[in-house]
Amino acid sequence: MSKDYLVITIGAILVNNFVLSKILGICPFLGTSKRLDTAIGMGGALIFVMAMASFVTAVLFNLFLVKPLMIAGQVYDLAFLQLLLFILVIAALVQILEIMLQKLSQPLYRALGIYLPLITTNCAVLGVATLNAKQGYGILQSTIYGTCSGIGFAFALILFASLRERLELAKVPKPFQGMAIALITAGILAMAFIGFSGLC
Amino acid sequence: MYTALIAILFLAFTGILLGCVIGFVAKIFAVKSDPRIEEVAEMLPGANCGGCGKAGCIDLARAIVMGEISPGACPVSSSDTVAKIASFLGVDAGSSEKKVAVILCGGNKSSTEHGPIYNGILDCVSAMIVAGGPKGCLHGCLGFASCARACPFHAIEIIDGLAFVHNELCVGCGKCVETCPRHLIKLVPATAEVHVYCNSPEKGNEKKKFCSVSCIACRKCMKSVGEGQISMEGFLARINYSNPPDGGIVEKAACPTGCLRKNILPAGKKLKEKDAA
Repeated sequence: MSKDYLVITIGAILVNNFVLSKILGICPFLGTSKRLDTAIGMGGALIFVMAMASFVTAVLFNLFLVKPLMIAGQVYDLAFLQLLLFILVIAALVQILEIMLQKLSQPLYRALGIYLPLITTNCAVLGVATLNAKQGYGILQSTIYGTCSGIGFAFALILFASLRERLELAKVPKPFQGMAIALITAGILAMAFIGFSGLC
Repeated sequence: MYTALIAILFLAFTGILLGCVIGFVAKIFAVKSDPRIEEVAEMLPGANCGGCGKAGCIDLARAIVMGEISPGACPVSSSDTVAKIASFLGVDAGSSEKKVAVILCGGNKSSTEHGPIYNGILDCVSAMIVAGGPKGCLHGCLGFASCARACPFHAIEIIDGLAFVHNELCVGCGKCVETCPRHLIKLVPATAEVHVYCNSPEKGNEKKKFCSVSCIACRKCMKSVGEGQISMEGFLARINYSNPPDGGIVEKAACPTGCLRKNILPAGKKLKEKDAA
């Protein structure tokens, strides 16, 4: 049992990294990686939101959608509502979290504040919820998978931001300057992550 | 048929429930903030340059509304904006003199001898660590644009290996000052027209060997202006910026190396368009 969780953890962080091998959440990956401190802020916000979203959607999925619902003796299969329900719940969840953070923890709100609304409907967040459902994870497994996916995302983002900070000072040929060299760097980083593929 | 109905009801119910929860949470966790803070932040430039010493414009707006700081503390705002904020809050505007950055070196690629060839990272700090940079002078501008990269207003341009400040874009936030490893950048009142473009404390003779536009400490400028407007600091003439000489002194002093001059753009270069920042 505990071996399963280890496989989920390492799988989500290294082997099936969200950005570098699943190609989800490329927008924040390229958008917030110009400076290390924004990357850390975004990474923190993503870990937080992906963990919470995984937990809440897993609860809802396992309650209502996983098997046909019995209402007044009739059986209704509502599995097709999955995507719609997940978007609705995640958006509301992030809103609530933001309001609560503002009151409860000003420093955390200032650190994550700008990034939270940005990732409300991010595909990585929705992706983790959908993948949980597809793989049939339970509530605990889903939460672990969500947290570790977030950690993997933050890990890739911080690595990439450090690389890009170095690139700022490098002599880059004119046609490759800016986003072009960033995308090439991301590709090479993704190739480096292929090295983890035999791990589990 | 019924499945669709159930689905619609299910989603509608979820939506309403979540809406209620958000409303409820917003009520409980409401943060009382002064609505004036937002309005003052609207009026500020919004560049978040940090020139006032606060962490961004919102933070300054908060400090202004709280009365910790006068609206004039923003070095970027025009006096109109400051007056608008002051009248909005009903406080005294406070004064801040408009300042601009000046780079105290005139040695571009053609007027300075070249030292070792530097092929490393294109950054002033790195260049200075390696061998004192590519120019012969150990006190002059390195020309690797560390200051230009730090400028949030794109007011510094490297022209022929020398940093040039576009005065019409410079707002005097002072971000560039600490980036220069040679400490060549000073914030001076925008009213001062003439500057001594040299910062090397070496003897005039030594300087002249590798730089044709250095200050050779001939004191011509000092003699041609009024008391205390220019003073000598070792082998270097310094403008007294609390009482700067006017523009006419350039002709009167006839600096033999052309080190004492106004901030003029080198020939063939255009003034920058004022961009959105």
